[in-house]
Amino acid sequence: MSEPIIRMDSISKRFGALTVLDGLSLQVRPGEKLALIGPSGSGKTTILRILMTLESISGGHVEVDGEQLFHMPGQGGLVPANEAHLHHMRTRIGMVFQHFNLFPHKSVLDNITLAPILTKGVSRRDAEVKARELLEMVGLADKASSMPSQLSGGQKQRVAIARALALSPKIMLFDEVTSALDPELVEEVLNVMRRLAAETDMTMLLVTHEMGFAHDFADRVLFFDRGRIVEEGAPDEIFRHPKQERTQTFLRKIIAAGHRV
Amino acid sequence: MWSGYLWQIFEGAVVTAQLTLLGSALALAVAFAAGLARLSRFSALRALSIIYVEFFRGTSIFVQLFWVYFVLPFAGISLEPLQAGVLALGLNVGAYGAEVVRGGIQAVPREQYEACTALNLGRFQKMRHVILPQALPLMLPTFGNNAIELLKGTAVVSLISLNDMTFQAQIVRSQTGSTLIPFGTILILYFAMALVISRGVRLIERRVTRGLDGTRS
Repeated sequence: MSEPIIRMDSISKRFGALTVLDGLSLQVRPGEKLALIGPSGSGKTTILRILMTLESISGGHVEVDGEQLFHMPGQGGLVPANEAHLHHMRTRIGMVFQHFNLFPHKSVLDNITLAPILTKGVSRRDAEVKARELLEMVGLADKASSMPSQLSGGQKQRVAIARALALSPKIMLFDEVTSALDPELVEEVLNVMRRLAAETDMTMLLVTHEMGFAHDFADRVLFFDRGRIVEEGAPDEIFRHPKQERTQTFLRKIIAAGHRV
Repeated sequence: MWSGYLWQIFEGAVVTAQLTLLGSALALAVAFAAGLARLSRFSALRALSIIYVEFFRGTSIFVQLFWVYFVLPFAGISLEPLQAGVLALGLNVGAYGAEVVRGGIQAVPREQYEACTALNLGRFQKMRHVILPQALPLMLPTFGNNAIELLKGTAVVSLISLNDMTFQAQIVRSQTGSTLIPFGTILILYFAMALVISRGVRLIERRVTRGLDGTRS
């Protein structure tokens, strides 16, 4: 088995008196598709935000692609990472947010090309060629010159996916990417993600409440509760034969709320 | 006989317009410098910005002008009256502007900052390409107010022997005994200048908010 591309070693995260993650360890293989499920406040989104360096950690170590995320080699061992190190580490990771977070003052094309041009020194011409390919892939080739405010939620989210992909990350993080969408727009976003999962060898971590999608998409499902991984396994094991009572209770509630499994 | 007197007032109007234009330009530059410094990760810069803003907001423009023109020479810095006027007005209004810049930047939703981090933009790139373009439309209306305040504040410069519009009107009044004509004239002129400012700002506003209509994404 290859070396894990993500290795979290007993990490904890506290906000004041509130413990969000409690000595959590997790390893992800390159190319693996991971679904993180669980009640809100269970810490699953925090995992993604830590990997994207949007949150720091209170304790433990995170290793991405063989290097420490929040630490770097310094005098006498590891020292806290500086901005340059974080910048270096972030080149491997992309993230798609629940609320898209497109730049409202930039066209769809500019949203996608901005970061490649600024952070990777790609020429505008090359960046636009790639952006148009990505727009083609997410089914929005005709929206390149639209402004975000002219798009539907599903279209915005597909642009956001294209924008993250434009930086060619090894790891993609999807944080409840369909939760803010009207029900009829969910499928178009999920279709894009299905294609991504089938056609690329990117490592993907997905926080979701779409259990049916998690089942089809993931190689492995992690059930979170109160800052810990309560149960993990293949989708069939978790969704059909959950062993832990908390997992069973959670899935029952989700089904009762009308989500498909 | 009135044309000569009116000419005097117009000469004053030129001084007032100069002070307003140059003062606003300085105020704008200082406002961005101090506003960004206020949000810096370096505590020394933040402290410097707070001291500047609190000092210039907390003391009157009259006193500031006096110091710039009459006290600075003792420190070896002698300024022409116009320079002193621009400096005092610019620093004074810039202190208010700094708070506007800070407020505008902080009003951009946190999600936009997070998107920048996720796209690995550097601090400067983030400000230049994402945050400021969205903050500017929020700042502009207040900048317009500040510029008009500055225009109306220019009358204090008669303290340092600058013959601005209000000063000239008083001269004309004492020479002719008429109050209505000189002060009626400058009333209209001040109003016209303020109108130019507010129209200009509105025009810029319309330009920079293009595409920002509707909901934020």
